[in-house]
This record gives sequence, structure tokens and C-alpha cells, in this order.
Amino acid sequence: MDNHKGVWVCGEITEGKLAPVTVELLGVGRKLANELGEDLSALLLGSEAGGLAQEAIAYGADNVYVAEDGLLDQYNSDAYTQVAADLCGQASPAIMLLGHTDIGCDLAPRLNARLGGGLAMDCLALSIDPATKCLVSTRPVFGGNAHATMVSKSARPQMATMRAKTVPPAERDDSRQGQVILVEGKVDPAALKVKVVERIKEEVEGIKLEDAEVVVTGGGGIGSAENWAMVEDLARALGGAVGATRPACDEGWAAVTLQVGQSGKVVSPKLYIAVALSGAMAHISGCLGSKVIVAINKDKEANIFNVAHYGVVADYKEVLPALTAKLKELKSA
Amino acid sequence: MNIIVCVKQVLDPEIPPARFQIDPEAKQVIPPPGVPPVISVYDERAVEAACRLKDAHQGKITVISMGSEQAADVIKHAISMGADDGFVLSDPAFENLDSFGTAHVLSKAIQKIGEYDLVLCGREAADWGAGQVGSILAEMLGIPVVTRASDIQAADETLRVKRVVSDGFEVLEAPMPSLVTVSSEIGLPRLPAGVRLMMVRRKQIPVWNAGDIGAEPSQLDQANAHTEITGLSVPTRKTTECEIITGATPDETGVNLALKLAELI
Repeated sequence: MDNHKGVWVCGEITEGKLAPVTVELLGVGRKLANELGEDLSALLLGSEAGGLAQEAIAYGADNVYVAEDGLLDQYNSDAYTQVAADLCGQASPAIMLLGHTDIGCDLAPRLNARLGGGLAMDCLALSIDPATKCLVSTRPVFGGNAHATMVSKSARPQMATMRAKTVPPAERDDSRQGQVILVEGKVDPAALKVKVVERIKEEVEGIKLEDAEVVVTGGGGIGSAENWAMVEDLARALGGAVGATRPACDEGWAAVTLQVGQSGKVVSPKLYIAVALSGAMAHISGCLGSKVIVAINKDKEANIFNVAHYGVVADYKEVLPALTAKLKELKSA
Repeated sequence: MNIIVCVKQVLDPEIPPARFQIDPEAKQVIPPPGVPPVISVYDERAVEAACRLKDAHQGKITVISMGSEQAADVIKHAISMGADDGFVLSDPAFENLDSFGTAHVLSKAIQKIGEYDLVLCGREAADWGAGQVGSILAEMLGIPVVTRASDIQAADETLRVKRVVSDGFEVLEAPMPSLVTVSSEIGLPRLPAGVRLMMVRRKQIPVWNAGDIGAEPSQLDQANAHTEITGLSVPTRKTTECEIITGATPDETGVNLALKLAELI
């Protein structure tokens, strides 16, 4: 294991630029590398990779490995795994960081499976244990209701995917110097077992749940599909997005894509309004990052009041009409 | 079409957080009394995906679950949804395995079952959520993997899989056999059929231990674990009290809340 040296960041390129999460990872990686007294390297894949190498250096990389191959322009699980595994096999990094993104969630486990390292997914914090020099990864477990710290004592590389926006982006310094290394060899098309046939972008109607500044979520207590319209009305009056708990989705009142919580989406709006939902563990984990939580529930013992900043203890059916009407009135004034 | 589905029995995530308690010393969660464990939500969708393929193409669904002998309950749940057969993988040596150890046990059980065209897993477990057993398992079995499926179709030895990404989906083609991990976007799992529920109640679910599946002792040795949990804690939640908004009538309460919200946004 002592042959493994250096901190690596597997970069992502979106619209011809380094992805924001990659810039964040370069900041984290730089700190870890400094603590270990080792180099920070970035791996960039795709035909645009070379053009972004200097940018990665400006954000903190000492070395940038560039794999320029048209077959890497769009994410292909087999191709990326092949290239990254070959390179890690040769360069033996001690630490490999990826974003907890569409790419990272797929690539990290496969790459780790091939390399036999130790991987922690969806990390919120990364640090170095001063005594052992091992990577310590903190990640949410049980739907965010607990945090676990994980260590790989001997398996290498130590891998982690990090959630976007958990750390500030690295500071750019264009005077930084670094080395650009072109990766030899191309992807073997015969080794690509899974083919990407097409990529479909789905346009979301209205405001995207994850991007909304206001989210109004209804729970099982809404009681019927007709009453669900009251949740939608309130969301509209606030210019926000509609969310739903798992029970509400199970009832068919809302699309599965609107589910907030552990098996749905994680949201962190400025304002989160929870209507007729109890605040089960699986749901709370999806909205705890909200700046202000407002709960409307007729049961004053409901758990949602334990996490809410403002609450109304009442039957939502009696309160929502006046609330929505007043908000509309204030908006038009 | 022969499908093997890997499922896990977990703490019911729909409990109120007040009932969620951990033992920080043991780095374990204390199961709340009186709350039966459930099939992990994504794994239930994996069973659903298997049932849809069986509806379209016929075949056999075999479900495996590593855990305590109580995991027979999730096998029975899967059978009541439409699976044909199942095995519990239970052995003291399987306790507290990391993702590699878990994948090893599953791979050995799958090799013992033998023929298969497709292996399905949930995209991650609802408890520890490591999110990597499926990928390691595919690597151990030497088959391709597609993660986060929202739809799986099969035709002429090829699987056509929709993979969920943040701004839409990808359509992928994979050969058989492959491993696919299933996401919740696949849609609601079917309710167990009443007749099957009755039938399954008395069914004995065989239990396989380490020897039965030929697991390698070195792969189960905690000293060879790839990852180790060194700490478990419950994060501190907000400390402010909840301010209750009131009014003389429900309408007035609604208006007062509207005024408060107007201040906030």
C-alpha cells in the first residue's frame, strides 16, 4: 500500500468547462494533498480535455492527466471504467475523488470494484487522520438520519464521491504551474459491452423541484386527489414547486418524480411548506437543508413540528384557502 | 427468461425520527421494538421490474437476501408479488460485511443457482446506502452492469434499459446476462396478490450458509474489509423552537401565516 501516493480528482466537463463539482473537488483535494505532502492530480476525459488542463492547474492540480478520445466525449460506463482503471493501475493513487453525480455514482463503484479499493459514496466531509494518514470520509446513512465516518485501513485507492455544493469552489490562481500528461492508448471499442443508444433531455413543466426557492409538499393527510389541487394552488401562489411524500405518491396524487425524501429528491429551498405530512424519517431527510420549514398539520404531536421553524396546528383544509387567497392578494398588490 | 433479484431487509424508513436510535459504541442502529423490518424500497422496485419482464416473456424469478433468518419475510413478500423461488443467505460470518464481502456472498449464491439472463438489485439500500454492491457483484460475476434503471425491456438476447440521469434519461443496450440496478422511477411496485400471500405463508424458505454456497473464508474475514465504519452519530438538528401561528378563526390563521410568509420571501 505504500506504493500508493497522491490525491486524484476525476474531473467532469459540462458545456466545455470544468463542472462546478470538479472545481469544488480540486479545492478539497488540494487540502488533502497538502496534509499528506503529496501531489494533487486531475484526470480529464474527452476530446476537450486538453483545453481545460490549464484551468485544472489554476484550481490547484499539480498534474493533469488528459485522455483525449472521441469515445470519451460522452459518458460511457465501460469506456470510462476502462481508461480510469488502466491509469490508476499504472499511477497508483492513494486517494481518488469523484463528484456524487450521474457519472460519479456509476463510475466510482465500478472503478473501485475493479481496483479493489475502499469507497465511500455521497460524502459530506473528507479529512486525513493525522495518525494513520488515512482518508476519513463522513457520509449520511439511514436517509441522513445518522452520519457515519468510514476509513479504508489497507485497501487502495481510498475512494470517495462527494456531494455537490458541500464545499466552496477552489480559488483560481492562473499563475500556478503544473504538468500536463497525455494518456497513451485509446479506448478499445470491442470492450464496450453496453451501448448508449440515445440520450433524452426531459423538459420539466414549471419550476424544477430541485431548483425551486419555494417548495410546497403535501403528505398522506391530504386525503384525496381532488384536495391535492389545494397544494398545487398554494405552490402556484408562491411561485414555487410542488413536492409530495412517498405515501402521497403511492396514492397516485402526485407523480413519482415529485417525491421528496430518501427514495426521491433532496431539496434545499429558501422556504419549505409541509402540508398534512407527519415528518417520517425517510421524508425529513429530503428537506432538512431548507432554510425555513413551515408545517401545517392538525396533530400538534406530529414530528414535522420538531424540525419546523413556523407551524400551524389545524386542519389544512380550513387554513389553505385563506392562506392562498391572501398570498395571491399580496402578490398582486 | 431467468432473473435473479437481490433484496435486503431494512429498518422501516417510514418511522418517525424519534424512534430512530443508534448505539454509537457498537456503531449500529438499535431496531425500534414493534416495528417489523421491510424490504428496501429500491429492492422492491427491482422485484417489480422482474415481475414485469416475467409478465412479458415468462420465465423464472429467484430472489436472494443476505441477512438474518428473518429475511425469509422479504423473500415471501417478493414471492407474493410474483417471484417463484427464494433463498436466505445467513451465517454469523455474514454479519457486518462491507460491500465487497456482501457482493462475494451474493455472487457465490448466484453461481450456485446457476443459469440466469439478468441479475437485478436496487440502486442502493435504504439503510446504509453504500450504493456499490450491484457494481461489485457485476464485476465478480464478470457481466456488464447498468445502474439506475427506470425501465427494462428484453428482446432477442438484448436488454434495452432506460437509465435515469439528472436532466432526463439515457437508453442503453446491454447483452444478456447483465446486472441492472433499479431506481424508484420505474414506478410503484404491485401489491402482493391475496392468493399468493396465502400460499407463501407456509412456504419454507431454504437458508444457505457460508459452506452451502462455498464462500471463501478470506473474503468474509473482517481483517480484509475494504472499508470500516469508525463512527456513527446522529447529526444535530435545528435548535430553534417552532413558532406556532394562530388566529381567532381558521381563515385568520391562514391570513396570519400568509403575512408571515410574505416577510420570509
